[in-house]
Amino acid sequence: MARVLVYAETRDGELRPVASETVTAGGDLAEQLGGSVDVFLLGPPGMAQRAADLGRYGADRIFVAEDQSFSSYAAEAAVRFCEDLVGREAYDAVVFPASAQGKDLAPRTAARLDRGLATEVVSVGVDDGRPVATRPMFAGKAIATVAFSELPALISVRPNVFRPKERPADGSVEIVEIASEPTAQRVTGIETGDREALDVSEANIVISGGRGMKDPENWSVLEDLVEALGDDATLGASRAVVDAGWRPHSEQVGQTGKVVSPSLYFAVGISGAIQHLAGMRTAKTIVAINRDAEAPIFSVADYGLVGDLFEVVPALAAEIRRVRAGG
Amino acid sequence: MKSIVCIKRVPDSEARIRVGGDGVGIDPAGVKYVMNPYDEFALEEAIRLKEEAGDGLVTVLSVGPEESKEILRTALAMGADAALLLASPGSADGLVIARALAEEIGDREYDLILFGKQAIDDDNMQVPAMVAELLGLPCASVVVELEIEGRHAVAHREVEGGHEIVEFDLPAVVGAQKGLNEPRYPSLKGIMAAKKKPLDVKEISFTEPKVRIVALQEPPPRAGGEIVGEGPKAVPELVRRLRDRALI
Repeated sequence: MARVLVYAETRDGELRPVASETVTAGGDLAEQLGGSVDVFLLGPPGMAQRAADLGRYGADRIFVAEDQSFSSYAAEAAVRFCEDLVGREAYDAVVFPASAQGKDLAPRTAARLDRGLATEVVSVGVDDGRPVATRPMFAGKAIATVAFSELPALISVRPNVFRPKERPADGSVEIVEIASEPTAQRVTGIETGDREALDVSEANIVISGGRGMKDPENWSVLEDLVEALGDDATLGASRAVVDAGWRPHSEQVGQTGKVVSPSLYFAVGISGAIQHLAGMRTAKTIVAINRDAEAPIFSVADYGLVGDLFEVVPALAAEIRRVRAGG
Repeated sequence: MKSIVCIKRVPDSEARIRVGGDGVGIDPAGVKYVMNPYDEFALEEAIRLKEEAGDGLVTVLSVGPEESKEILRTALAMGADAALLLASPGSADGLVIARALAEEIGDREYDLILFGKQAIDDDNMQVPAMVAELLGLPCASVVVELEIEGRHAVAHREVEGGHEIVEFDLPAVVGAQKGLNEPRYPSLKGIMAAKKKPLDVKEISFTEPKVRIVALQEPPPRAGGEIVGEGPKAVPELVRRLRDRALI
């Protein structure tokens, strides 16, 4: 029977939201292959109890390695853990999240196992009994379907694409000892901003500002809209305003920034350069607010509003608060 | 400080991409090619580290077609000391490129191997970590801050919602993210000096790729949207539409 192995990401002893998405992607593939999903993860002592939850999303067996040092990302231990599991069982595929951790772990594992890797995958399928994957290239200006000449196929899935799907399975947890070896590198800290902002690649709602914002001081207008929309929302930015030093590059959406797929994307004062459109065109719904009715952003927006953003955005925040308060 | 910087020739981010006749690659006609933007941060960092140390060597490597000599020349003009193009016919996946680079780098003397965090054509983002693994080196990817003191390095790498601080000893692999520095433009003096610097080409052969593109398509166009209205008076209608689609 086909088996798919999934890496579930943790930080500080908690499963990260992307973990259930990755298990769901593994489940999608296993379903088409006619097989089951195993999960592996690392965390501090006590991690095993919290890992059992992944059974809800289709995890058949869950292998957990516990060590105090696994509170933060332990690259070398994770690679060894994966190598051990792949040595024990013939897996058809290993699925990682294309998160900051997964972007580091997946290629290391691929090199260790001498297998091919497809990153930032947005859908998985089966052709002739073997896994295939589709992935954007050129920041989404082209979509490639890729096949693998040897198994397991290594795949990392883009965050926010595979919405967690309930698919109840055994979820039996097994604690696995992995040999501790001296590490060549270690994580010694995490720095977060004033508030632990939701990353633009993981948020359900993104509000991006562009040059039309005129001044970095004016971002309070967008911050207020984020607040009105709630915990699912975060700020994004166009390349122009990042290059001008108005916003941090971690917020940049586009070909040289992040490619995002939120449910709802607001482009505020953004004209819509090709490289920006490439970064947000896979959003499920796009709203554009711009003074210039001819701006290219309107050609990709589901809903366009022509007008002065300094009048429209506060009105929008107020209206959203009003309807939410009214139920 | 001796650094090796791996760079790639890619279509400019403003280029319109069309699928070529073979159905698995792009049509290069009319496409402007440039040095991968993230590689500029890697190169700038290597040049700065050499300048700060007062001595050292910056070598740039590229795997790609003959035309990649253009970006290697740009790198020399920015301040790299020597350039090498690894040229091979045939197709490659990330691991094939990583193997070619690791083999070339393996016997050299170096403190740091720098890459841009990803190339904006394939968007694979896998070669730097693969090279690190193949050479048995520490690796910090998506680095926005790098401090080196003697043989010890502290890197800030971008993670969701903040920075992760990673410590390791040299030699190591670093993947540069935008924000690490402000890349310089080649000066006229640099361009003249580059003509005297070595730019070599070495023919190599690729190993067999394990990932293969079987189809490349342009994304379906987004259905043309509608203008809901003008000015603040259109806001209630916009909110109604968003509510109807259960988006807010």
